[in-house]
Amino acid sequence: MTKSTLELKDVKTTVKTADGEIIPILKGINLKIKSGDFITIIGTNGAGKSTLFNTIAGSLKPDSGQILHDGQDITKMSEEKRTQFIGRVFQDPKMGTAPRMTVAENLLLATNRGKKRFLKIRKLKENIPHFKEMARVMNNGLENRLNSFVEGLSGGQRQALSFLMATIERPDILLLDEHTAALDPHTSENLLAVTDKQIKENKLTALMITHHMEDALKYGNRLLVLKDGRVKVDINEPEKKKLKVSDLYAYFDD
Amino acid sequence: MNLIVSAIGQGLLWALLGLGLYLTFRILNFADMTVEGTFPLGAAVAVANISHGMSPYLATLLAFVAGMIAGLVTGLLYTKGKIPILLAGILTMTAIYSINLRIMGGSNISLIGKKTLLNNEFLENLPQYFNSVFLGIGIVVVITGILIFFLNTDFGQAFIATGDNPKMAKSLGIHTDFMVIIGLMLSNGIVALCGALIAQNNGYADINMGIGTIVIALASIIIGEVAFGELTLNQRLVAVTLGSIIYRLILLAVLQLGFSANDLNLISSIVLALCMMLPQLEKVTHLKKPIKRGVNKHD
Repeated sequence: MTKSTLELKDVKTTVKTADGEIIPILKGINLKIKSGDFITIIGTNGAGKSTLFNTIAGSLKPDSGQILHDGQDITKMSEEKRTQFIGRVFQDPKMGTAPRMTVAENLLLATNRGKKRFLKIRKLKENIPHFKEMARVMNNGLENRLNSFVEGLSGGQRQALSFLMATIERPDILLLDEHTAALDPHTSENLLAVTDKQIKENKLTALMITHHMEDALKYGNRLLVLKDGRVKVDINEPEKKKLKVSDLYAYFDD
Repeated sequence: MNLIVSAIGQGLLWALLGLGLYLTFRILNFADMTVEGTFPLGAAVAVANISHGMSPYLATLLAFVAGMIAGLVTGLLYTKGKIPILLAGILTMTAIYSINLRIMGGSNISLIGKKTLLNNEFLENLPQYFNSVFLGIGIVVVITGILIFFLNTDFGQAFIATGDNPKMAKSLGIHTDFMVIIGLMLSNGIVALCGALIAQNNGYADINMGIGTIVIALASIIIGEVAFGELTLNQRLVAVTLGSIIYRLILLAVLQLGFSANDLNLISSIVLALCMMLPQLEKVTHLKKPIKRGVNKHD
């Protein structure tokens, strides 16, 4: 058996609402993620998909349970520290990039993800050729906008930049939180295709939340259905290939 | 002529205030009220120590440190105490008022007969008013240089990112609370340094000399942006100093019109309000061309 990169053992997380009410969201998640897994995650609103990501990334701490990374307990590790091995792309294109900095400056920030930052002159110019090459992979003209401020980019380019920033320093785990949901269908398709290609070529371990059943089936080698704070269905490659969209809807009903 | 040289000297010395506030107001994206307290704090620490016979260099350095401590207090109240930044600044500012009275032992102290930073051989041999111009240029060049260096390091870039998008900064492993605290410390240190220099230039420290400092600082920043428009970050820092000088020249012109020094805070507020309303006035009057862009670009 391959070693698991990330393991969640009976993880329970509560969330506090604006008026102070404490609501249990994750009600006991058990999950073993193997190196190289590309897992698509579906589930209704409130099923706990985003809370699961926040718990893995460390922006929420579980009330009970354990999270292991390469066999090491990281349950209490800070969000900042976990960025050493976790890359993340948010749903909102505005969330993952710094608008008043240039594309190249954003990428430079991302190359230092999870590292200590010193009072050492940044190496922006030296990195431009490397950034250009990386940006070309995104297939949307980003490589020609390296010196533009991010606020001037289209939503698609911004989200492509977010993806690049999350992966430019290879993460052990890549979290994609509906990262194409805010884009138009064509742009979304392009970014998903690039995402898939990058994950396969670089053998990344990734979790992707999506609301599109077709995408959930089309991409990845494993599929999770979350329901009411638990993993309701966990399907691997051979079975996943046989699934149809109608089968997925059936999972939601009962 | 003398009046203009004096105004330029004042503009250079007061430019530090704008440079300090730039770190919080423009980079971290909030208005830090602490500066209204740290400005007289710097003055009080420097003047009290000089009047007790300390070297003006050491006294000025101590003023900088005192400002940093004030910034640390506001930073901790905000990041760890979860007090909104505006209130955190007001709390520290109010507390500093009492501390300043303690330091000075009264509401003002004079420096008559004491050696200050302006009493060195080079500055004393300059024609009248040129001493503050030269001191101002020296200190502005050093502080601007340090800030440009700082902002162009990996650490400084993480600091900028913290102000620009804290959520993203966190997702890249940047300790945003730490960055905010460092920013507030550096900012208030520079503002206290400014207070120390102004007090030595004026020859006294006064408990009320902080009133209106945030408006003066914002005026330098915003006049610089209105006057010079689209600039890189490094150029923007230089524009703050130029904005500060322009602001002093505006005040000089207003005083020449017959207003008294008592009207200065009123005039400062009007000047700042007008500059900040420029984008709105532009819309109403359709005066697009004569007024350059730059005021509201990032808001």
